[in-house]
Amino acid sequence: MGKTERVTEVASIVNEAREVLRDGFLRADAGITGGNFLIAETGSVALVTNEGNGDLTNTLPRVHIVTAGIEKVVPTLDDLSVLLRLLARSATGQEASVYTTLSTGPRRADDLDGPEAFHVVLIDNGRSQWLGNEFRDMLRCIRCGACLNHCPVWNSIGGHAYGWVYPGPMGSVLTPLMIGLEEGKHLPNACTMNGRCQSVCPMSIPLPNLLRKHRFRLHGQALDGRGARLALKLWGALAVRPRWYRWLTRIGTSLLGILGGKRGRFRYLPLARGWTDSRDLPAPHGQSFVAAWQRQNNKRVRPSERCA
Amino acid sequence: MSREEVLGRIRRSLNRKGALPEGVAQGLARRTARSAPHILPAIAEELLDRFVNKVEAVAGTTVACKRGAGISEAVVEFLQSRRLPLRIVVSDDDLLRAVAWSNRLDVSTGLPDPSDLTSVTAAFGAVAETGSVVMISERQTPTSLNLLPENHIVAVPNQRVFKHQEEVWQALRERPGGMPRTVNFITGPSRTGDVEQVLQLGAHGPRQLHVLMVDDASPDPST
Repeated sequence: MGKTERVTEVASIVNEAREVLRDGFLRADAGITGGNFLIAETGSVALVTNEGNGDLTNTLPRVHIVTAGIEKVVPTLDDLSVLLRLLARSATGQEASVYTTLSTGPRRADDLDGPEAFHVVLIDNGRSQWLGNEFRDMLRCIRCGACLNHCPVWNSIGGHAYGWVYPGPMGSVLTPLMIGLEEGKHLPNACTMNGRCQSVCPMSIPLPNLLRKHRFRLHGQALDGRGARLALKLWGALAVRPRWYRWLTRIGTSLLGILGGKRGRFRYLPLARGWTDSRDLPAPHGQSFVAAWQRQNNKRVRPSERCA
Repeated sequence: MSREEVLGRIRRSLNRKGALPEGVAQGLARRTARSAPHILPAIAEELLDRFVNKVEAVAGTTVACKRGAGISEAVVEFLQSRRLPLRIVVSDDDLLRAVAWSNRLDVSTGLPDPSDLTSVTAAFGAVAETGSVVMISERQTPTSLNLLPENHIVAVPNQRVFKHQEEVWQALRERPGGMPRTVNFITGPSRTGDVEQVLQLGAHGPRQLHVLMVDDASPDPST
């Protein structure tokens, strides 16, 4: 394409993309777009972009092909307006995206441009099954990305680390559903359960709960690995015996506190090499939570006050 | 996978055996056929003020003008202020066909050429809530005029500024011929934040969006 010079400024990168892709838009025989919503009332496909790439794709080539999940169907144009208001605000904080376009069929007989053929591919890929199971809430997702923007994990590791199409909290729910739990088993576990994704979701999808359901399934199908299962079993056995639990955690924390020394951190731990290979593990402060609580409130927590 | 297979799975997932009960089916058909707006955002300002404020908030520009020669003057003024060539490609609709274009302007109609830097098109309407112009595809107003040139000038008759998007839907439902192939809601010039999350105008569509607010109540005396 004759573009050999290295460009580093944001403006030049955007301009180069504009120049190079413009030619592609003008020469393409077929344009393939997604669809943000499908409107039953009129048979229209709604597509939302800020760049205008979607509109060049659905206007210039002779054929316009749309691929969209079956859950994107909304009954009417009035229903569409409600969702468009939520989408733009939750995605980028805009009141409206720059381009919101409805495509309805191929070009009309006397139109000067637009595709001669219009083809919509409705994708199921498991969606009709989620409708009948515990992941039904996920079908409300409008792919705004609010859950990504507020996720501390996504903000630390970035989208590519999720290894498949959808990143962030919604991706961690969707990916195991689409490629299989075994294949995507790390995603539901890469979550701190802080709940920010749920609180910002405009469609009120209980994302942490759906991730927890994946964890239940992983455990139920014994996909979570021997070490993890053994550790869980041990913890479970201790957790129902508060006296033992307290005694052991008290000894454990004070021991680790002493071993952590002045530095207050471990550079190497025999059973946690995976952690200490790339960073230090902070040492406990030498006191368990319950002990600290008792000291602060000057009262004893009786072992009988155990949670169910 | 066949359509029947997907629909069958949907029915099974919904625990539905056979067709919908008649009452439910009728209710659904009624809801789609007689759609009504849901809760609408309140708008306290005058519609035109709101629209102009919202266009300018998204880096668009506006100017008020009269019909006919007023449109021509506003276009020349915009091009000169931006040091753009006085060459335009215009849509062939009623509003712009009636314009007596200044003889300083080189005017063409039809589809834009890659060398056309500026297009002038008439909008179907506009939305005050968001500052969007509404463009529809017709023989006189091809969609590529809204997308290919670097500068897009849109003429919006004042009385076509709707309060909410829902009023546009109603206008489209009442339009002879129903839905056109393409309806573009355009809110400001093209932009992207894809590179380092820095906002950059002019990604793939026009770099500038200039809206002419055409005063309909007082027709231009020269036409």
